[in-house]
Amino acid sequence: MVSQNNILDTIRMIDKEHLDIRTVTMGISLLDCASESAARSLARIYDKITKKAEYLVRVGTQIEQEFGIPIVNKRIAVSPVALVAGSTEAEDYTDFAKVLDKAGKECGVDFVGGFSALVQKGFTPGDRKLIASIPRALAETDIVCSSVNVGSTRAGINMDAVALMGRIIKETADRTADKSGFGNAKLVTFCNAVEDNPFMAGAFHG
Amino acid sequence: MKKAILTVLGHDRVGIIAGVCGCLAEQNVNVLDISQTILDGYFTMMMVVDVDQAVLPFGELAQVLKAYGEERALTIRIQRTDIFDAMHKL
Repeated sequence: MVSQNNILDTIRMIDKEHLDIRTVTMGISLLDCASESAARSLARIYDKITKKAEYLVRVGTQIEQEFGIPIVNKRIAVSPVALVAGSTEAEDYTDFAKVLDKAGKECGVDFVGGFSALVQKGFTPGDRKLIASIPRALAETDIVCSSVNVGSTRAGINMDAVALMGRIIKETADRTADKSGFGNAKLVTFCNAVEDNPFMAGAFHG
Repeated sequence: MKKAILTVLGHDRVGIIAGVCGCLAEQNVNVLDISQTILDGYFTMMMVVDVDQAVLPFGELAQVLKAYGEERALTIRIQRTDIFDAMHKL
């Protein structure tokens, strides 16, 4: 049995020192939602997320009650969307961001991360389209977070991606100028991104 | 067995232990271990309880106990033991 002091310590940490659990994040692979048809891919994505994460918020709340500790955020992290949308015919991936936004709101989560591309070794066509869509996607959605990994110790730094992201960040700020450039609060440019990290805005399913 | 730790904190007066135990009995919660001290008129009680046969789901039980405590100027918490194990045991 834990000692009395330990019990009081834990309670004090929660009550007086604001100990809490930052987030419970469900990682969902969307690789099986790839399709040549964008419409089919979007439908599969929506169905998979709303099915897998249906009980996430409810169970999170139960856990808060059973353990007496707050869980501040409930989140979803998905596979980098550039990998999923890459095989579709779509030229702009804003619709993919919108489906993530819609699915996330349906599940009641605080954020959905993974509107992402990993370009440290170079760009695929899908990567380029994803990156080009970022400013509009972040301006037209609320809870979607985006990230681009531009370098790794192994592959070095993709300097073209660095230059590109400089322009994308500026465009994202311009597009969300009416919200104090808030779009960039939902965008991360990484080096050595950690897979399966739950930290927004850089969360994605590794 | 699903064990939880119940903590009761507040100013000491007559009937606290009897009252809390009565409430637990109504909820079909079994008391396994009790420890209690009074420091400078401040009452602290910790109980290990078994909630396997509890009438209500855990969340509602926690609310009932919390409300019971609030009516009597006591802070009553119930939490699964796992959280204390996780914090203090390697």
